[in-house]
Amino acid sequence: MRLSAVDLACHRGGRDVFTALSFAVASGEVLAVTGRNGAGKSSLLRTIVGLVRIAHGGLTLEGGDPELTIAEQAHYLGHQDALKPALSVAENLKFWAEFLGAGPADTASTLVAVGLAEIADLPAAYLSAGQRRRLSIARLLAVKRPIWLLDEPTSTLDAASQDRLAGLMRAHLTEGGMILAATHGALGLPASRELQLDDIRAIAPATAETAS
Amino acid sequence: MTALAAILVRDMRIAMRVGGGALMGVLFFLVVVTLVPFALGPDLPLLKRIGPAILWLAALLASLLALDRLFATDHEDGSLDLILMGRAPLELVVAAKGLAHWLTTGLPLIVTAPLVGLLLNLDAAAELALVLTLLVGTPALTFIGLIGAAIAVTLRRGGLLLAVIVLPLTVPVLIFGVAAANAATVRPMPFGTPFTILCALSLASLAVGPFAAAAALRQEME
Repeated sequence: MRLSAVDLACHRGGRDVFTALSFAVASGEVLAVTGRNGAGKSSLLRTIVGLVRIAHGGLTLEGGDPELTIAEQAHYLGHQDALKPALSVAENLKFWAEFLGAGPADTASTLVAVGLAEIADLPAAYLSAGQRRRLSIARLLAVKRPIWLLDEPTSTLDAASQDRLAGLMRAHLTEGGMILAATHGALGLPASRELQLDDIRAIAPATAETAS
Repeated sequence: MTALAAILVRDMRIAMRVGGGALMGVLFFLVVVTLVPFALGPDLPLLKRIGPAILWLAALLASLLALDRLFATDHEDGSLDLILMGRAPLELVVAAKGLAHWLTTGLPLIVTAPLVGLLLNLDAAAELALVLTLLVGTPALTFIGLIGAAIAVTLRRGGLLLAVIVLPLTVPVLIFGVAAANAATVRPMPFGTPFTILCALSLASLAVGPFAAAAALRQEME
């Protein structure tokens, strides 16, 4: 499986976020998307899953399911954790597992894998930022999808949780998955490729207030 | 189907938990209707005459209460991104959310309406007509409201805009709902004609609402 972008451009709020971006990621590879704040890392991930319209260029996925779009074969872990405070930890995970199409998933073992099994019945409102992030990572494990798009996945995690995430990512790669991660810090595993967005952005004038 | 059932169950659970919209809608309905006899005074024939209209207005406002959070919470916590990415068609997801909203706010109103109707001196025939019109008319309120909720989704304080957008669109539902409910008390009026039009309005909003709301959501998320 191979995801490639050719001459990709994204246009938001009347300005070019990035233009003429080309990259390719294959199964078992990690693409680290780096760049300063506002460089367009998040926009790139959102463009890939179709949440932002592609202004120019194209994305192709070779070796995927031709019946499904790229977004339907991808997991997107954004800045927000997509959790409902009124529902318990297990209910939140069960909902996403069912909605994303896994059917009645084995949520118990997934919660063990992210270290939240003891608090499965606790309402998500009481979780810390790191626990919320771990719960949304659990979604990636409950439903198998080959492409993981991670936006600052380690930002709220402590050292032990970062190690655990690195282990989960390694397992995903050995199963033939691919990972695109927007990141400032270390991911905890060697990136096969790196995409520096700053160089590309030099074409368009930068405005610092737009969030990445 | 699993995805849609999951949305339905989740939204109903959230609505029925603490801070959810289900109980608030019914309480608001009760309070508004209870205030009317205090404002008008103990004029029983007058209350009987305007009772169905008061109940319909209160039901309209009560079903608007929880609507502004319908898509806004999903937008704020990032769920809407994942829903838009999902394999389930957005139109059906929107319809499932509308159904959950109606089951948790519309249906309780219908159940409590005969009870609060007593406060407005409604007799058995008027109560029956009222319950029938609410049963048929409240889905129209929810599914018209879906459109407003989707348009106001990215606004922080979208509730007011929602009311401004949705209330004018609900005028036909209100006219024919009250006309049919009044038919039981005001004799020469037929029940069937306005009731049939009310059914038609409801069916039309069921068909149009999810598509319009889904289109608005897609537009907003760009």
